[in-house]
Amino acid sequence: MTLPWAEVVEIAARSLGVAAAATFLAALVGLPLGVWLGARPRKGGLGAQVLLYAGMGLPPVVVGLVFYFLLSRSGPLGGLGLLFTPVAMVLAEAVLAFPMVAGFTLAAVRARADGVRRLVRGLGGSERQVLTTLLWESRRPIVAALAAGFGAAISEVGAATIVGGDIRHHTRVLTTAVVLETRKGELESALALGAVLLGVTLVATAILVVWGERR
Amino acid sequence: MKRILLLGLLMGTALAAAPLRLATTTSVNDSGLLDALLPGFTQETGIPVQVIAVGTGQALAIAGRGDADAVLVHAPDLEARFLREGKGVAHACIAYNNFVIAGPASDPARVAGAASALEAMRRIYAAGAPFVSRGDNSGTYHRERALWKAAGLEPDGQPWYLESGSGMGATLALAAEKRAYTLTDLGTYLFMKDKVELAGLYDRPDPLMLNQYGYMVVNPERFAHVNAEAAYALRAYLLRPDVQQRIGAYLKDRFGKSLFNPLYGRCKVEVEP
Amino acid sequence: MIRARGLVRRYPGFELAVEALEVPTGRFVTVIGPSGAGKSTLLRLLAGLEEPCAGAVERRGRVVFLDQDRTVLERSVLANATFGLELAGVRRREAERRVRPWLERVGLADKLRQPAQLLSGGERARLALVRALATEPDVLLLDEPTQALDPGNVALAEALLREAHAQGRALVLVTHNLYQARRLGEETWFLLGGRLVEAGPSEQLFTRPEREVTRAYVAGEMVY
Repeated sequence: MTLPWAEVVEIAARSLGVAAAATFLAALVGLPLGVWLGARPRKGGLGAQVLLYAGMGLPPVVVGLVFYFLLSRSGPLGGLGLLFTPVAMVLAEAVLAFPMVAGFTLAAVRARADGVRRLVRGLGGSERQVLTTLLWESRRPIVAALAAGFGAAISEVGAATIVGGDIRHHTRVLTTAVVLETRKGELESALALGAVLLGVTLVATAILVVWGERR
Repeated sequence: MKRILLLGLLMGTALAAAPLRLATTTSVNDSGLLDALLPGFTQETGIPVQVIAVGTGQALAIAGRGDADAVLVHAPDLEARFLREGKGVAHACIAYNNFVIAGPASDPARVAGAASALEAMRRIYAAGAPFVSRGDNSGTYHRERALWKAAGLEPDGQPWYLESGSGMGATLALAAEKRAYTLTDLGTYLFMKDKVELAGLYDRPDPLMLNQYGYMVVNPERFAHVNAEAAYALRAYLLRPDVQQRIGAYLKDRFGKSLFNPLYGRCKVEVEP
Repeated sequence: MIRARGLVRRYPGFELAVEALEVPTGRFVTVIGPSGAGKSTLLRLLAGLEEPCAGAVERRGRVVFLDQDRTVLERSVLANATFGLELAGVRRREAERRVRPWLERVGLADKLRQPAQLLSGGERARLALVRALATEPDVLLLDEPTQALDPGNVALAEALLREAHAQGRALVLVTHNLYQARRLGEETWFLLGGRLVEAGPSEQLFTRPEREVTRAYVAGEMVY
C-alpha cells in the first residue's frame, strides 16, 4: 500500500460520508414518491414505473457529464461554485441512487397497497393514514431499497470523477483512488483500496439492515 | 480542549487564502512532482492547491470553461491554441524531458539501432510490429501522431496498431502484455520499469522527442472569478531558480537521471498565440 | 345507519344495481347469494371503500368494514389490535388498556407481543374482530368473517357479534353459510346477478320466500 493509512482513512470516511448524504437525499425524495406511486389505486402510474426502472440503468458517466455542464463556471449553475467539491459528488450520486430507492419502494408498496387500504379505510382511516401505514409496513423492503441506493452511490466512479475531479484531500474517494492507483501501475495498492471499499460497504449495509430489523 | 483545537482549525482555514485550482495531466501528477513541490508553495503563501489530474485534452477543456485557475500540460500546439483563443495568458515554460519509445526487449523491429525517432517509427511500421497508442487527447498522443505524420505514415486501420484510451501507466502495462511498442514520457516509463517487461529502446535526445511542460494562467478577463493572484503566484514560484533546481533534482538519485529538466523560463519550443 | 339510493356500480362484464337499501340503526342484516352476485361489492359501496358509478350512500355514525382477507400488519398482536383505535386518534397507552380485555376474551392474551404474522387463520379472524369491535362502531360491515374457521372459532365469533348487536350496533354480514345467515340475521338480503332479488325478515325469507329463485337458493340448489 503506497498510501499512508491516515490518508486511506480520510478517503474512506469521505466515500462513506458522500454516499450516505447522497442516499439520504435520494430517500428524501424517493421514499415519499415511491410510496405515493405504489399506493395509487388504479393501474395508472405505469409511466412512472417504467421511468424509475429504466433509471436504475442510468449510465453514471452520463449523469456526471450532465452535472459537469450544469455546475461548470460556464454553465447555468456555475455561480454556485459547486464543481469539484464533495457537494457536486453528493448531487450526482443522489441522482443515481434515486431510481433504486424509489423503484424498490414502489414495488414493495404496490404489493401491499390494496390490503392495507382496505384495512385502514375499513377502520375509518383517511387516505393519508393509508400512506403512512404503507410506509411502515414496507419498512423491510425499504431498507433493502436504501441499501441498494447506498451501494450504487458508494461504488460510483464515473460521475464522481467527472464532477469531483479526484482532488487529493478534497474530493478523492475510494473508487477514484482505486482508478488512480491502477493508472499509476500500483496494482496492489489499488486492490487494497478495493478491499477497504468492500469492507466499508459491507459494514454500512450491515448496520442498515440490523437497524431495520430491530424496528 | 477539543473545542479550542477545532476553533483554531476553523480560524486557520478562514485565514488561509482561497484555494488555487490547477488542472494538469496525469503524467505530471502521477510522477509525484507536484506532491513534492506544492506543499512548499502552500507553506510560503498560505494558498492551498487543488490538483485536478486528467488527460491533457480534458485539463485544457476544464481550464477553458473557467473551472480551473491555472493549467500545466505538455502539448505546445494545444497550449498555443489555448492562448490564441484567449482562454489563457502568461504562458511559461517550466521544464522538459524526452519521450521514449519503449518496447519488448527482443526488439523485433530493431528500434534500438535507429538513428532518429522518425527512423524508429518507420522501422516499426515496416515490421508491422504491434504498437499501442494512447488514443486520447494527451500530450503523448499528440506527439505520437505528429511523429507518424512527419514520417509520412498512416497507422490507422493497421491490424498491429492498438489504441488503449487509457492513462500512460495502463498503456505501458498493455504494451508489455502484448509485447508491443509504445511512445511514453520518460517519467512514467521510469516509474513502471520495474513493474512491466519493457525496455527503453529509443531514448536519444531527438528534437522531435522533446517533451516540454507549459504553465498558463486562465484568463481572468475572460472568467471573472479566476483566482488570478494565486495562479500568478504559483507561476512565479515554479520559475524561481531554487524551485527550478528542485525540479531538476526530483528523484534524480533514484533513477540516475532527471525526470524533469528545468528550463529557467527559456522555452525550447516556442509557444506563440 | 346507512341509506343507499339508486346505487349502480359497473365493472367490465358485470353491473350491480340496487334501487333503495337501508340498514336501520341497530339492525342485524345478513346477505346471501351465489359467488359473483355482487355481495362484496355492495358491502364495499356501503362502507365507502368504493365509489358508485351512480347513486349515493348516506352514512350516520361510525362505519367499520372487515375484509375477507383478515389482513394483519407486520407488528405485534397487541399493536394490531390497537390499530383501529390509534387511527381514530386514541393514544397508544389508552388504546392498549381498552383492547386488553377484548384480547383476553378471545384467548389471545398470552400472545400480545408475538408478531401477528405467526397467528393461525382462526386467531387472525379473532384479532380482526377485536380490532374492529374495540373502536365501538355504530355499523359493522363483515365480509364472510367466519369463512374456513373451525366450529369453536365460529361460535366465539358469533357470540361476539351477537353481543355487539345487543349493545345497539348495526351489522351487515355477508355469508355463504345459510344456517348462519338465518341464525344471526334479523333481516336478510338475497343478491343474484348484481340485483337485490328479495329482502325481508330473515325467518320469513328462509321459510316462506316470495320468489321462486330465493326458495331454490335457500334449498341449496344452484341458481343463475
